[in-house]
Parts: sequence; structure tokens; C-alpha cells
Amino acid sequence: MSQNYPYFVARDRAWQPAQYTPGYKTSVSRSPRQALVSIQNASPSERSGPVFHNLDMGQHDNDLLMNFRTEGSQAGLPIGERIVVHGRVIDQFGKPVPNTLVEMWQANAGGRYRHKKDSYLAPLDPNFGGVGRCMTDADGRYRFRTVRPGPYPWPNGINTWRPAHIHVSVMGPSISTRLITQMYFEGDPLVPLCPIVQVLKDPEAVETMIARLDMAMSKPMDYLAYRFDVVVRGALQTYFEE
Amino acid sequence: MYSQYKSQDETGLLRETASQTAGPFVHIGLALEIAGFESRSDEIWQDLAKENAEGEHIELVGSVYDGNGDLVHDALIEIWQADSHGNYVADFDNKKPFSGFGRSACAMDGDFYFNTIKPGQVDFDGKSMAPHINIAIFARGINLHLQTRAYFDDEETANEDCPILNRVPSPVRRKTLIAVKESNNGKPRYRFDIHLQGDDETVFFDF
Ligand SMILES: [Fe+3]
Repeated sequence: MSQNYPYFVARDRAWQPAQYTPGYKTSVSRSPRQALVSIQNASPSERSGPVFHNLDMGQHDNDLLMNFRTEGSQAGLPIGERIVVHGRVIDQFGKPVPNTLVEMWQANAGGRYRHKKDSYLAPLDPNFGGVGRCMTDADGRYRFRTVRPGPYPWPNGINTWRPAHIHVSVMGPSISTRLITQMYFEGDPLVPLCPIVQVLKDPEAVETMIARLDMAMSKPMDYLAYRFDVVVRGALQTYFEE
Repeated sequence: MYSQYKSQDETGLLRETASQTAGPFVHIGLALEIAGFESRSDEIWQDLAKENAEGEHIELVGSVYDGNGDLVHDALIEIWQADSHGNYVADFDNKKPFSGFGRSACAMDGDFYFNTIKPGQVDFDGKSMAPHINIAIFARGINLHLQTRAYFDDEETANEDCPILNRVPSPVRRKTLIAVKESNNGKPRYRFDIHLQGDDETVFFDF
């Protein structure tokens, strides 16, 4: 069977965070000590990957204002600043990555996750789940409607707080392009203080995670928009194999 | 003008967006049942093979351990594998007998769990790679997901000839990539424990 898979630009591991980053304490016992084994000349196993155009998406899967509304007396919209997060998934050559799965999850406006193990004292919002997903269109565009998440404290140092952030997961065309990151908000003073942000050595790398206020795409009297583009590894060229 | 900042290297190539840990609440987004959510209309989950899937039906299970030997309870595991003929089928579809991609998370007992079929051998560079399952590990404390492969302990000959397995110089470390068959009332089950650090640290790949 003849299959063609692209090769990808090598992942720059000096740019990406190291695994052992003692400022982020949990990484100390969860980081490998041995060197990674390089698969130069990647095989079809690394170059192929799943596509999700047959994944059955619900009508409101990318609309967090709507996808967890309760019935009955508490029915309503989630509490918080209404925002739209939108952008493109592109590769390192600037080419759009169409029909790829973008997933996201976040805390509510008070900084609390709807997760069994989150016990922060900020309350859950009966109308907010905090999870979304969508597929990029032909131009690599995606869009979520949600509320701006709150910052929350976490036990790393004496008084450590996560800046407001949205966890963003992108598949891309191959398991080689798989990427999970966190999107932060322009101007948030907690960003430079965060030990998880600080795992990145290069300030430019931090900038790639910061969404920009996008007034042009905001809707008067409704929501503010933030623009967040995700760059995944570039597809180099296609070979045909016997 | 409102476009997000993009970093370029010396050659003008855009730099990949920086990675961050998936964090302790990754299940909210990627494994909803574990987080306590109801499933949506269609989910990516741990059953890759239905009863009518072609090939040998197997379970792949394992735990993730940190450098202290403690279980990593909040890990999310993704697998990507060939079908029983050794072909990667890109179309993920829960309505089909088999899809090559799945997700699982470590449950209370620490085990992740996949219901799948044993992949066939995949051709590569005029050679044949031994049957294997590609694995990505995400968790709190892991800044950039880790990548490994699970091979099978009853494929000794194929394993000895596998060009990728042979790139691991140390025979001792190569063993960390071999899943071990366990009896499980007839259905073959393979255990693939992952050690993030320490004496039995799993081999992780860069590709
Ligand atoms: Fe978070």
C-alpha cells in the first residue's frame, strides 16, 4: 500500500521548555533524566496521525456560554466577562492547518474548574462547564465563545497564582504536530510571576502564548474578542513509499 | 494589526507555539468522564476496536510512575497505532470497527486502559518495524508531552529486527519499551508501565 506522509521541521527543544524546571516543583519528580532517543528520518508511525472530520460535534461544542446551561430555576448564562477567542492554526511556514481538532478547557470566572479534584473555594457556576472543541475551517480558523476565566491559587510556592488562562490542545496533521499549550491574556500582570510560564527561558516563547485584545472582532454591547494563533510544526515535503 | 505576536528564527521560519503542561484538570477537556462530566455526542476514548474489528483483540494497560516510585494519578495517555495489516488509517470514526487513535487516563488504581487490536508490522525504509503502539503522555509537571512506543514481548524476532528499537543503544533500556503479556480470562492483555524517571526510566523519543 502506497502512503504519503510529510516530514516535519524538527522540534526546537531549546525553544520549548525543558522537562526539569525546579521552579515548577512538580516537574522535579516527573521529568526524565535520560536523554531522549532521536528518531532521525521519522517513520510512518511518527509522520501519520488521526483526522477527526467524522467526529460528531454537538451544536454548541465551541460555545461555552451555551453548552452547559442548566434547566429549571438556575437556568441562565454563565457569570463572567463574555469573550470570543478566535484565531488560526498555521504551520511554521504560515500555511493554514485546515480540518484539525482544537480542544480547550478552562476555569470559570471565579477561577474554579468543574473537576472532581478542584477544591478551590470559589464556587462552581451552574451554567458553566468549561470545555469546548471545534474543527478548523479551510483557512485554519477556529472560534470559541466563553467567559474570561479567573486566576486561581495553587500550591507551588507560598503565594502562587495562575494567571487567567485557557488550556488549548491542537492535533495538527500528524502526531508529530501534537501540541498542548495555555493561552494567556494580554496585559495580565500575573503572567510574568507564574512558575509555569517561567519554564520557558526565552521571553519570545512566552509571547507566543499571549492572546491579543482584538477590538475589530469584538461585538459592541456583547463581547470582547481575543486573537490567539497557534503555530504547529511545518510540513516539509511529501514522499511516496512503496 | 491585532494579530498575535509571532516569533521567527534566523531563516524566517515561524517558531512553534510554546508548550505548557496539560495540568491536573486535563480531563475536563480531553477525558470528560474522569472529570465527572457526561460524554458529549461523540468522544475520543479508550475503545479503539469494536467486536467486529479485524485482528487479534488485546488490552493495553499500564501505570505511570514518577521518580519517587509514586503513581502519577493525573496522567492522560494518547495512543496512535496501525491496523492489523500494518496500515495507519487516518479517519477517526467511532462508527467504524476500528480507529487507530485513542485516549485514556489513569484511574483511581493508577491504570490506563485501552481496548484495541494488535497492530501489524509497518514498513519503513525497506524494513519492517515490529508491531508497536505510539504513546504520548501528558500530565501536571510535564512541560512538553513525552513520546514513547509500546512493543510486545511475544514478538521477539520482530523486535530484534526492528530498526527503531535498535536505535536504543542500551539493551537494558530497550526493555522499557516492551509490554508484558498478562493472562486475563482468555483475552490477551499487555502491561506497559511507564517510568518517568529513575532506575527503570522509560525510553522517550524525540521525533
Ligand atoms: Fe489551568
